[in-house]
Amino acid sequence: MNIVVLVKQVPDTESPRKLKSDDSTLDRAAADGVINELDEYAIEEALKIKEAHGGEVTVLTMGPAKATDSIRKALAMGADKAVHLVDDGLAGSDALQTSYAIQQALGRTGFDIVILGSESTDARTGVLAAMLSERLGVPQITLANKVEIDGSAIKAQRVTDYGYDRVEATLPAVVSVVEKINEPRYPSFKGIMAAKKKPVETLGLGDAGIDAAQVGLANAATEVVDFADAPARAQGQIVTDEGDGGAKIAEFLASKKFV
Amino acid sequence: MAEILVLVDHVDGEVKKVTLELLTLANRLGEAAAVWVGAGYEGAKDKLGEYGAGKVYVAADEELTSYVVAPKATLLAQLVADRAPAAVLVSATAEGKEIAGRLAVKTGSGVLTDVVDVTEGFVAEHSIFGGGVIAHAKVKTGTPIIAVRPNSIAPEAAAATPAEEQVSVTLSDADKGAKVVEKVVQEKGERPDLTEAAIVVSGGRGVGGAENFKLIEDLADSLGGAVGASRAATDAGWYPHTFQVGQTGKTVSPQLYVAVGISGAIQHRAGMQTSKTIVAINKDPEAPIFELVDYGVVGDLFQIAPQLTEEINKRK
Ligand SMILES: Cc1cc2nc3c(=O)[nH]c(=O)nc-3n(C[C@H](O)[C@H](O)[C@H](O)COP(=O)(O)OP(=O)(O)OC[C@H]3O[C@@H](n4cnc5c(N)ncnc54)[C@H](O)[C@@H]3O)c2cc1C
Ligand SMILES: Nc1ncnc2c1ncn2[C@@H]1O[C@H](COP(=O)(O)O)[C@@H](O)[C@H]1O
Repeated sequence: MNIVVLVKQVPDTESPRKLKSDDSTLDRAAADGVINELDEYAIEEALKIKEAHGGEVTVLTMGPAKATDSIRKALAMGADKAVHLVDDGLAGSDALQTSYAIQQALGRTGFDIVILGSESTDARTGVLAAMLSERLGVPQITLANKVEIDGSAIKAQRVTDYGYDRVEATLPAVVSVVEKINEPRYPSFKGIMAAKKKPVETLGLGDAGIDAAQVGLANAATEVVDFADAPARAQGQIVTDEGDGGAKIAEFLASKKFV
Repeated sequence: MAEILVLVDHVDGEVKKVTLELLTLANRLGEAAAVWVGAGYEGAKDKLGEYGAGKVYVAADEELTSYVVAPKATLLAQLVADRAPAAVLVSATAEGKEIAGRLAVKTGSGVLTDVVDVTEGFVAEHSIFGGGVIAHAKVKTGTPIIAVRPNSIAPEAAAATPAEEQVSVTLSDADKGAKVVEKVVQEKGERPDLTEAAIVVSGGRGVGGAENFKLIEDLADSLGGAVGASRAATDAGWYPHTFQVGQTGKTVSPQLYVAVGISGAIQHRAGMQTSKTIVAINKDPEAPIFELVDYGVVGDLFQIAPQLTEEINKRK
C-alpha cells in the first residue's frame, strides 16, 4: 500500500502569531515551527495502516526550508521517506493553489491513500482534503474518527454536526482525520536516529510539473486587504469565592440582563 | 441586483439558524436565492420566505445527500454556471467548508472560510489566531465563495414569497465515490443547538465525571442555554464529542459563554474566544481562562455552580 501523509509545518500555537506588514502573509519566521497537531494523528493513522496492511509511508510537505524539522519528526515517528516541495515561487499560495501544487506532487509519488489532518491551526481553512478529492477525482473520506481498510474497500465514521455518518468507498481515496481517531506515538530514540538516514527528496516547481503562473502570492485567488490586532478584551473582574460565588455570578448576569 | 446563492443548512428538513443569518447577509449584498438540497423542503419553505429568500432552487433528489459532499458542490457549480451569481454563501461548518473547497476547484474561484462579516464589494472579515487579529480579505478570481461562521450575523425577518425553481443535476462517478450508508443523529434533546445558542455553558475536566455533568446541564437549563464540553471531558467519555467546543470541535460565538472547570487551553479558546461575554468558574487562579473573562470566580465548582443555578431559578 502506497500511503502518503500530508504534513504541514505551522507556527506553534503557544507562541505569538502574526501577519507580515509587507505582504499580509503569515510570519513563519517569527514563531517556532511545529507539525500541525492534527497531522500527527494523520501520521499515526498512516503508520497503523502500514502496520496492518504493509506498504510504505511517504511524508509530503509543502513549505519553506525550515519545514525539514517537521519532516524529520514525522520520519522519526516511523514514516519511511519524505518529499519536500519547496520553492520561493510557492510562497503566499492560497488554499486553491496549495491543492494544485500538492496534486502535482502526488503525481510524482503516486498513492493508494492520501491522509491528512482535517484542519491546520494557522489557516484553519479545513478545505484541502475536499479540494484534493475533487482535483484527483477520488473518493473523499473526510473528518474520520475511525477508518477500516479491507483489501481495496475503505469504511469510515465521518464526524458530522449532528453525530456521525458511516461512509464507504473504494481505494484510492483521500482521508482526513479528526483527533478522536488515535493517540499519536512519540518518536523513540531509535526512531530519531533512524530518521537521520531516511531519504528526503526535495522538489521545486519544475520537478513537480507545477506551472509557476498558478501558484504564489501574486497569482492567488484571494488577497488580504488589511489586518489589525483585535481590540483587547477589557480586563474582567475576578473574585475569590467566599461562599457566595454563585450568587455573585447571578448578580453579574442580572446586571448584563442575562437573567 | 445580482443573485447571491445561499446553501441551506438543514438536518432532515429542520433549517439551521445560520441559514437565516446567511439570507440576511445575502440581502444586504444583493438578492438572496436559497439552494435547497435533499428532502423536506415543503416543511421549510415558509421559514426561508420569512427571512427574505426571494427565490429558492430546490434540488429534492435524495441521491444528492447519499454521497459525501461532492454532489452538493456539483449542484452549486451548475447553478454558478447557469445563473452567474455574484457570490455563494455557505455556513462555515466542517462540511460547509468542504463544499466550499470543492466548489472553488470546480469553478476556479477563490474561497474564504470562517468569515464573520461581509461588506460591500464582498470584503470578508475574519477573526484569526483565536480572535487576536481581525483581517479583511477579498476574492480576486472567479465567483466569491464565502463560508460564514454561525452566530456572526443577526438574522432579520424580511418577508418574501419565494419563487421556486426545481433543479436537477447529473452526478458523475466521481461524485458518487464515497457513499453514506448510515446517518447517526445523536439526540440533543430540548436544548438549543450548540453553535446557534445565545448562551453556552461548558464543562471540563474539573467536572470530574459523566454523572456530574448534570450540574452543567442544570445550569444551562436555568439560562435556557446549550451545553458544551472541553476535549478533556469528551475524551474521557463524560459527554459526547458532538458537544466539544474548540479548535477540533465546534466554534461557538454566543452572547454568553460560561466555562466551568475548564483551564482555557489555546485549542479550547480557539472555539469560544469570540463569545461576547465570558464567565468562568475555576479553582486555579492561574488558569488561562481568566485572561478572557468578563467575570470570573476562583473556587470550587461543586459549591458555586449549584448555587448559581439556584440563584438564577429564584430570579425567574
Ligand atoms: C490536536 C488537538 C486538538 C485539540 N482540540 C481541542 C478542542 O477542540 N477543544 C478543547 O477543549 N480542547 C482541545 N484540545 C485539548 C486542549 O489542549 C486541552 O487539553 C483541553 O482543552 C483541556 O480541557 P480542560 O480545560 O477541561 O482540562 P484541564 O486543562 O485539565 O483543566 C481542568 C480545569 O478544571 C479546574 N478544576 C478542577 N477541579 C475543579 C473544581 N472542583 N472546581 C473548579 N475548578 C476545578 C482546574 O483548575 C483546571 O483549570 C486539543 C488538543 C490537541 C493536541
Ligand atoms: N503546505 C502543506 N503541506 C502539506 N500538507 C498540507 C499543507 N497545507 C495543508 N496541508 C494538509 O492539509 C490539512 C488541512 O489544512 P488546511 O486546509 O490548510 O486547514 C493539514 O492538516 C495538512 O495535513
